[in-house]
Order: sequence, then structure tokens, then C-alpha cells
Amino acid sequence: MSENFERHAYDILIIGSGGAGLRAAVAAAEGGAKVAVLGKSLLGKAHTVMAEGGVAASLGNVDPADGWETHFYDTMRSGHFINNYKMVEVFAKEAPDRVLELEQWGAVFDRTPEGRIMQRPFGAHTFRRLAHVGDRTGMEIIRTMEQKILTVNVDVFQEITATKLFIDNGRVAGTVAYYREDGRFALFTAKAVVIATGGWGKAYKVTSNSWESTGDGAALAFRAGAELVDMEMVQFHPTGMVWPPGVRGLLVTEGVRGEGGLLRNSEGERFMEKYDPQRMELSSRDVVARSIYKEVQAGRGTPHGGAWLDITHKGPEYIKRKLPGMYQQFMALADVDITKTKFEVGPTIHYTMGGIKVDALTCATNVPGLFAAGECAGGLHGANRLGGNSLADILVFGKRAGDGALEFIQGHEGTPKVEEAEVQAEIERVLQPVGQESGENPYALHEQLQEIMANHAGISRNGPELEQGLQKMLELKERAKSMSAPGSRTFNPGWHSVHDVRNMITLCEAIIRGAIERKESRGAQWRLDHPDELEEYGKINFVHKMEDGEVKTYTSPVAEMTAELQELFQLGAAPGIAKSGKKE
Amino acid sequence: MAEEITLSVFRGDRSGGREQEYKIPAVPGMVVLDALHYIQAHQAPDLAVRWNCKAAHCGSCSAEINGSAKLLCKTRVDDYTDEVIHVRPMHTFPVIKDLVTDVSWNYEKLRQIPAFQPAIKAPFTLHQRDVDRIQEFRKCIECFLCQNICHVLRDHSAKDAYWGPRMMIRMAELQMHPLDTADRIDLLKGSAGIGYCNITKCCTVVCPQGINITDNGIIPLKERVADKYFDPLGGLVRKMHK
Repeated sequence: MSENFERHAYDILIIGSGGAGLRAAVAAAEGGAKVAVLGKSLLGKAHTVMAEGGVAASLGNVDPADGWETHFYDTMRSGHFINNYKMVEVFAKEAPDRVLELEQWGAVFDRTPEGRIMQRPFGAHTFRRLAHVGDRTGMEIIRTMEQKILTVNVDVFQEITATKLFIDNGRVAGTVAYYREDGRFALFTAKAVVIATGGWGKAYKVTSNSWESTGDGAALAFRAGAELVDMEMVQFHPTGMVWPPGVRGLLVTEGVRGEGGLLRNSEGERFMEKYDPQRMELSSRDVVARSIYKEVQAGRGTPHGGAWLDITHKGPEYIKRKLPGMYQQFMALADVDITKTKFEVGPTIHYTMGGIKVDALTCATNVPGLFAAGECAGGLHGANRLGGNSLADILVFGKRAGDGALEFIQGHEGTPKVEEAEVQAEIERVLQPVGQESGENPYALHEQLQEIMANHAGISRNGPELEQGLQKMLELKERAKSMSAPGSRTFNPGWHSVHDVRNMITLCEAIIRGAIERKESRGAQWRLDHPDELEEYGKINFVHKMEDGEVKTYTSPVAEMTAELQELFQLGAAPGIAKSGKKE
Repeated sequence: MAEEITLSVFRGDRSGGREQEYKIPAVPGMVVLDALHYIQAHQAPDLAVRWNCKAAHCGSCSAEINGSAKLLCKTRVDDYTDEVIHVRPMHTFPVIKDLVTDVSWNYEKLRQIPAFQPAIKAPFTLHQRDVDRIQEFRKCIECFLCQNICHVLRDHSAKDAYWGPRMMIRMAELQMHPLDTADRIDLLKGSAGIGYCNITKCCTVVCPQGINITDNGIIPLKERVADKYFDPLGGLVRKMHK
């Protein structure tokens, strides 16, 4: 069987059309490269749209004492110091410029009384730092990027799924993809490829993530030889909806707490006083999520197993103005008026800190010509991500990945080749499940994968459960080899699911292996059998490589901060506080 | 609520199709999209439906439920007691398969709108009262339900003459940005065809974001067109007092 396929040749190929991918595309196109963006959804629908609370940048519009040093300090502390400090440094320094650039491109942020970009407080940020638009900041950013991309010379391919990266003499050479519309195939060759496909929160059942978050790009890069780092670090957002069941996991923005919302248990106790009396509701996400979990475990949960969140004291007018999406979400989906009554919330999977290991400055992976940015990349957030840092991440490192790819193609002659036979073999593999009536149901496997992850690698973990989980995941991996997708190639979600499930299984295996190896509790990794944070584990990251089709796990030393940066942690308080002489 | 729900879902492609019935167990709080997911997982794995966020942020899952243009993720199953829930694709756009339609025309039009051209470099000094009205328009999630329901596009297939409410709102947002310098009035009167809108407000009714498309967007744009073309002097006076 030989299948016809389209052929496209580009300088730089971006896989993923969320904020990071579009920002990379703008950078690459402005540098004069011929650029294509592939997205598995329609333009402007990517998971970026779901970010609500804001984008973190030390503009200092509300708290002038803020600066990059304090943003750096907060991010490192929140990541429990296993972050790639060089990434954090450029991130903290460049985030303000990236936000102002959005304003230049048409984003309309909420304003301060002086007419500058408004910034709100958020968990574990020392200062009011999150530029925002009500509770729909991600929507504003993806729309701005969509509108920007339409003005630059970039070819956008919508609803197209990349299934494999090709390598020529060790260098990335392109990808093959199929159009969801009719299942026809296309080969994209390129001199450099940027992966910007987001996270894999769909590996869990109770999740705030959209269907797209299946880790495709990270899995493709991994199979092509790229390393993954910090995979065990999966963030539970403390506040997802818990009732009714149809909406369980749906995000309740941290903005509710940022705007003054209070958490209470079934006894009316403001329980964060016990767990983090200083920062209370605005403690870091790992701490708040665990605190809610512990309250529920102790029998002090709400009727449906969560905590109460209460913002009624701010008054209906204020709530509807600052949190309009939340107000509507609860009215429409839960029949709850949050301006009049407290409501139930509980932890939900939100973000994957780990991902493709990249160079801090260029976003280059260990595979020549392959770059990664955004949630699919690891290193910036360490063991726990601060709210607002992901929107800043996609902007700062989206641009850096685009620039990095541009620099790479300028420094490397020639175009790598993809063998015809390799393309045909991949097409044959991808088509195999289509029209098959007998075989494993991808929807059922997805559900089982989610069960394994929830039961064996969830918010609380222990060695034996993780080991069992690994065995179950390996069994699932075998069964997944014979998935079927009855029906035709035309927009067949069952067929799309086959690829999603395969990719998630690959990444989940790495999550579990990392969680087994990290025999301590740090950030999002909470081991009941190793409850303490241990110094020796603060010096290493766990790195995974695919060797002969097997996932192998190694350790890699955490780079030591420069003396100058280390000093920022010896001031007795956050840098901005210490320097301004105010008390923390 | 009923323990079993009956859905009648359009199945077909460009060549045609018909509704097919599915019976599924009800779950409290279930939305129509959940029901379709159940059907996919247990009865029809190739049932095509576009969705992303399931949180009414992305605007992917637009369809027609018992004749009304709605988001599948925001429409609760228990809104329809004791009746079959009919789910059909948007009427105005060509069907690709089942509930998925070809909305590429909208992206073509978006590309033709002159982008934001600020007079100065950011950071801008803009007051909240100056941006309130454009922030309303920027709430748009591009679900294209307004395009689907606009009778100029829906009943008269006049896509070559009128670009539809979504494009009007995009242009309103740009025209009313205090710092924008581009002029889209000629475009509005010309190929974008604002004159075709006769203010029936169907678009405003279906907007899941509650944007006052007609009153706050299209009518003020019509006034600007009228000022420029039919009352140049009055328009100049009003502009000086803006």
C-alpha cells in the first residue's frame, strides 16, 4: 500500500498553536524565516484560552518595590530550588517586556486608577504582580496572538495532528501529520522544529485541562531522542469545582482567593491558619491543595468532598466585575450564586511542571534542530509552578524558542532529508486502527489510564502504590498496541484518541518512574512514605531517555546559582521587601 | 431528573445525513457535550464533535440544540425534561461530519480586517472607563454562533456581501480603541457590508458571552459610516468633541 501525501518545506516548523507556539512563530517570521504552525485545534482555541487569573511580570505598576529579583526569588522558592535557575533568571527579567508587547499588539488589560496595567495579588507572589483582564486573561492573550499571527507571514495549518518526528543524521528533519478533516497526510520538512504542544493534564480524570492536553509534542520529542526532566512534578490546582459530577475538576481561578476569597472547612474553620499562617489562602498551590486534601481526609470536608470558598463579603457588584466568568460558570453549571453563598472547591490537575529538557537561553533540546517552549518544556517551574507564571512562560520562552531556532538555521547549512520509506511506514502505522471493528477501545483505555494515575500517582503517593501503578501502566502500554477506531478517516475522534492515549501512556510511565525515584516530598511530589524534603534530592533532577523503546531514568545535577543570585536568598526577606525596608 | 435521556444527533457528512437516536444514563449536572462524550465512548466512537475546554472559554462546541444555537458545554441536559434532545450542526456553515462544520470562511475574513495600529509605543496610559466598552467586545470567544444565526448569512447565504456580526464586533473593538489610528469605515461600508444588518438583534440573543453586539457594536459603527458618507460636516463636529 502506498499513500499519497502532500509535501511542504519550511525553514522552521512550529508544532502547537497555543500561546508559546504562536509567539515562537512571530519571532521566527520576523527574523525572515519561512514558518508554518501546526495545531490540532482551530486557531485561537488552544489550552491557553483557559488561563484565567493573569500573567506574572514585575512591572511594578501597583507595588513599585517589585522587580525581577523578587520574581526570581518567588519562583525559585516555589519550585523548591530544583528549577533551572538560568531559565528563571531570563524569565523574570524578560516577562515585563513580553507583557508590554502584548499591549502594543492590541491586548487590553484592566487598568489602575493612573491608567497603567492593573496587577493583582496571587498565591506566593510577594507583590501584586499579575496583569489581568478580569478572569479571562488567557483568552485575551491567545486572541491577541491569533490577531498578531494573522498579520505576519506565517502559514497556519489548523486541525492537523503530527504523529512522528523524523531524524536525519542526528538532526531533526520534519514531521508527518494528518488533517482531521479528511485524514489525508502531509509531510513537513524543516531545518528546525519547535515543539509547543502544552502539557498532559488529560492523563488524570479530575482535571482542569482541555482535551488537547495529551502531551503529543513531548511524547514525539521523547521518541525522537529528546530528554524529559522533572516528570514526577504534576500540579494540583487547589480549587476545582467538585459538584455537580459533570463539571468536577473545572477550574475555579486563583483570582477568587487573589480578590479576597476565604477557605473554610465543614466546621467553619479558616484552616489555612494551621498550614501557612503567614500567607493563608495565598500560599503556594502545592500547600493549599494538600491542606484541602488533608481537611477532607480528616473528615472536615464539604458534602461532596471539598472545602468551602467564600467571596460573598466583597459584594455582588465587585464580584461580577472582577470575576464575571466565575459568577456565570457557577450560575450556569451548578445553580450557585457565588455573590450570595459560599461554594465547594477541591484539588484538580492543572499543570505539568516537567517536560522536555531545554537550554535556558535558546530552548534547544539535546536533539540538534529541535526546540521546545511552554508547558511541554521542563525546568522553569521546578517542583511547583506559581500562578501567573505559565502565561509569562509561554511569552518569554515562545520568543526565545523562535529566536533559538532562527539562530540554529543560520548556523547550520543544508536541509535534512526524510526518506520516502520512513514516511510510508509511519502512515501505515497511523492508519492501521482505522476501520477496525475489533481491538482495544481508546476511550476505555483513556479512562483506565486516568484511573491508574489517580489511584497510584495522585496528590499523595507512596512507593508500593507507585510500583503497582507502573506495572498497570506497562500492561496498558501492551494493550494499547492493538487499539481500534471503527469508522472512516473523516473527522474520526476515536482515531484521534488512539494517538492521544499512546502519547499519554509514554509520558505517564515517565511520571511514575520519576515519582518512584524521588524518595522525598518536595513541591507537588508528596510521598507519604518519605514525608520530608531531603537536601540530597534538592541537588538532582530526574531525567528520562528513550533507549531501544524503553524508558530509562537517570539523575542530573541541579546547576548551582551564581554567588550574586544566591545572595538574593540571604537578605532575610524577599529582595524587594529587604531593599525597600518594609516588613514582609 | 429522568434516569435515561434520549438524544437525536445528526450523523452525516458533506453528502448528507440524518438524525440518529441514542439513549444514555443521566448524571447530575450533565451538559449536552457530556452526553455526546458518553455516546462516543460507548456507542459511536466516530461521532464527530468539536470541543476543547468544556468551560465555555474556547467557543469550539457550537451547535443547534432543539433549534437554538448554543454551546454544547454550557447547555444542561436537565433543561430539557421529558423531551428528546435534538442536536444538529450549525446551519450556516458546510458540514464536514456530524456536528463539525467548516468555519474557515470566518478566519479568511478575520485576516482581511486591518490590524490594531497604535499611535504610540506601549506602555499606554489608558483609563478603565476608556477601555470598558472595547473589553466587552474582546470577550468574544469566536464560537461563531452569531454568524450562524445572522439571517443575512443563514437565510440569504450572502457571505459575499456581509461579513457578519463577529467581524463587526472585531472592527468595533479596533475602531473604538482610543489609540488606534487605522480607518475601517470604508471597509465597513464597502465589502464588509454593514448596511446589510437590519438590526434584528438575533446575534445579541445567542451570544454566550452576553456581548451587546447590535446596540454597543453594530449601531455605533453604522453611525460612524453614516457620519462619514452622509453627514460629513456633522461627523467632523462630533469627531472634534469625541
